[in-house]
Amino acid sequence: MTAMNSDDMPSRLSRREMIKWFMAASAVMTAGNWPQLHAAETVTDAPKSKGYGTDPDLMKFYQPGDLWPLTFDEKQRAIVKALADLILPADHLGPAASALGVPEFVDEWISAPYPDQIADRPVILDGLKWIEGEAQKRFGMGFAALPAEKQTAICDDIAYEPKAKEEFKTGAAFFATFRGLSAAGYYSTPEGWKAIGYVGNVALASFEGPPPEVLKQLGLEGEAGSGVATVR
Amino acid sequence: MPIITSSKSQPDYDVVIIGSGAGGGQTAFCLTLAGLKCVMLEAGRNYQPQTETPMFHRPDQAPLRGTSTPDKVFGFYDATVDGGWKVPGEPYTRASEKDEEQFWWWRARMLGGRTNHWGRISLRNGPYDFKPHSRDGMGFDWPVSYEDIDPYYTKVETLIGVHGSNEGRENTPNSPEGVLQPAPKGRTGELLTQKFGRKLGIPVIPVHRAVLTKPLDGPKLAAQLYPKDERAQRIISEAMARRSACIWSTSCLRGCSIGANYQSTTVHLPPALETGNLDIIPNAHAREITVGKDGKATGVIYIDKTTGKEARVQAKIVVVAASSGESVRLLLNSKSAQFPNGLANSSGLVGKYIMDTVGASVEGQVPLLENLPPMNEDGASSGHFYAPWWLYGEQLGGKLGFARGYHIEMGSTRHAPSGYNPLPDDLGLGAYGTKFKEEARRYFGSFIGYDSRGEMIPNDDSYCEIDPEMKDKWGIPVLRWHWKWSSHELKQALHAQKTFAELIEAMGGKVRQKLYDDPLKVIAHGGEMIHEVGGAMMGGDAKKSVCNKWNQTWDVKNLFLCDGSPFASNADKNPTLTIMAMAWRASEYLIEEARKGNL
Repeated sequence: MTAMNSDDMPSRLSRREMIKWFMAASAVMTAGNWPQLHAAETVTDAPKSKGYGTDPDLMKFYQPGDLWPLTFDEKQRAIVKALADLILPADHLGPAASALGVPEFVDEWISAPYPDQIADRPVILDGLKWIEGEAQKRFGMGFAALPAEKQTAICDDIAYEPKAKEEFKTGAAFFATFRGLSAAGYYSTPEGWKAIGYVGNVALASFEGPPPEVLKQLGLEGEAGSGVATVR
Repeated sequence: MPIITSSKSQPDYDVVIIGSGAGGGQTAFCLTLAGLKCVMLEAGRNYQPQTETPMFHRPDQAPLRGTSTPDKVFGFYDATVDGGWKVPGEPYTRASEKDEEQFWWWRARMLGGRTNHWGRISLRNGPYDFKPHSRDGMGFDWPVSYEDIDPYYTKVETLIGVHGSNEGRENTPNSPEGVLQPAPKGRTGELLTQKFGRKLGIPVIPVHRAVLTKPLDGPKLAAQLYPKDERAQRIISEAMARRSACIWSTSCLRGCSIGANYQSTTVHLPPALETGNLDIIPNAHAREITVGKDGKATGVIYIDKTTGKEARVQAKIVVVAASSGESVRLLLNSKSAQFPNGLANSSGLVGKYIMDTVGASVEGQVPLLENLPPMNEDGASSGHFYAPWWLYGEQLGGKLGFARGYHIEMGSTRHAPSGYNPLPDDLGLGAYGTKFKEEARRYFGSFIGYDSRGEMIPNDDSYCEIDPEMKDKWGIPVLRWHWKWSSHELKQALHAQKTFAELIEAMGGKVRQKLYDDPLKVIAHGGEMIHEVGGAMMGGDAKKSVCNKWNQTWDVKNLFLCDGSPFASNADKNPTLTIMAMAWRASEYLIEEARKGNL
């Protein structure tokens, strides 16, 4: 096995997550039991649906809702859209999150019957309640209907978990999870790729390595295999 | 002859081959070209890379943006079918509850097995790797030397296509001139590692991977492989013509519909089928090897998973290439009055000395790589460069405190983001809005990860046996795994962790994870590297090994083991190339012995 950091293996953090659920499952495995949803007991309203199984059709294009029912009602969707667009707005780096299907992705995520997603579900659902309550408390209006500066006033208090005041810890934990999910959804799209500076997923006749100006900037123009020097 | 169902199988075959991966594929290729009538049993379903590989599919076209789940642990688009460290309905057990004594057993239930998704790293074992006991007194020597296997490495490299360079480094053999395909150019993270590695004395050179960087010259290569056989040349040449060179995009873990990398299903099986001498029965899970009164193997009883019923095939010769774990399981489950401890197990060593690869990893972030202009660094998906083990002298001089080495794999991260947050909170510092997007762009491509892949010395505490109680859903007794690392592997993992941290810091980067003094927090679990080998060791003495130097079992002369199970050591070189080279060599012996009527 090669190092597990190709484009299909999201990140080392995800890999550790994977190991976490694997180990949780393996304790039960020893007893000969093979549950799909070892974490489900801890969540009262966990999705009852099955996952896509171990042999899904890889060629098909999937939409949120195709494989398991979604969760958000209209009010939740409105908050999610407002919040996602506040985190990832339309600007010089690309369109707003809601234009790239991010709210639908968050819904798909928290509705999925897998351990990581099941763990995120109450964080998101309770967080949406919290932020809505906070908007009502401070401004007497729902979060989605607030003008941007009032939404920002709330978000500034919960944007960074380590620095959040005690009374905002719940909101901050929610915001961190929500931002992570929104970014995961956003940067998995062609527009998101462009926004972050990823170029690829296109057939090339040859691979020329980094351009000369980048090699020069990094002081790598003399390295073997740089495209400048010759590989032995 | 084609891919068939069990009801269509012939009454008798020359050879039954169990398993369709690297070992089974190579064996089927050799035997069918030699005119032997073969049937191959594959426990998983038929699989067609040409039509099933999601080559350019994007994460936003997949469930959950392609993220990994218990159903698809390497992500949605990973090629693995019905596989993973858990396979539904096919459990295994562990003798210990302790985390550090767990063995994770990866299987894939599909034609071509694990070759469909493997990393394609194709390193030759060196001279030391076949004689480790002679060199440092630990483990076991193989009954073969590098010189014995060298020609077969060349054959396999010629057939499957391996890119790389000849660097002439210690115990890191060159291939003959003209055999390797051109090495791809380095990417920023790899070139940076090369530069700063040099300062630390770590040699960073092009890796060898089974990926075509130019089209194969079929007629020329086929003539080299089968100089006297025009029919074989035509078949091989045509099969090579159906493969394309790498198009420098989409991950090899998805498989490759254009055959630019090696997988059994695009390289070994098509020409083997083309000979007309191969039947493949998918969904056929071997349960037991049958034996005759003369003590020779007569065929295989298997479960036809499409019906759940038992079926059998008969053959004059049986080749087991089901993966170390499954091959051991099959031998131990093949008990009879003549072989009460399982087949080919008079030594009592079937299942013993299972090895995996030692793995440790460290991730860092390198400011030098921030804010680089957008550029395409997809390349051949996995690493283009690696560092072979470089401290042989220090090690032999007793300076390191552990006996065997590791190579370094590296991952630069300008790959397509998919299903994860690219800006960790500790770097984003609470940013949201346009600031978040700017910071995500700044940091993209500045993360770098190093992984060690090191040698494990076989030990008495790492083995598998039949669980006395549990059976799988087909009623077949399952394996129970025992696992323990020795101090050599643990110290090696700590050394790797320290080396990687030094590399990252030498580049002006920061380590992005906790480093541990406790090696059990550093070393990956047994089986996590998916390099399980051993369990039916080859050797020079029938009392101390399961098979001889031709992969032929001592006890049953018409039974051959052509996967990783005969490995007597597990060098830091990824095992697949050696599995294929040994299978090719064993096949030539088998063909010759069959011709002489000796089997």
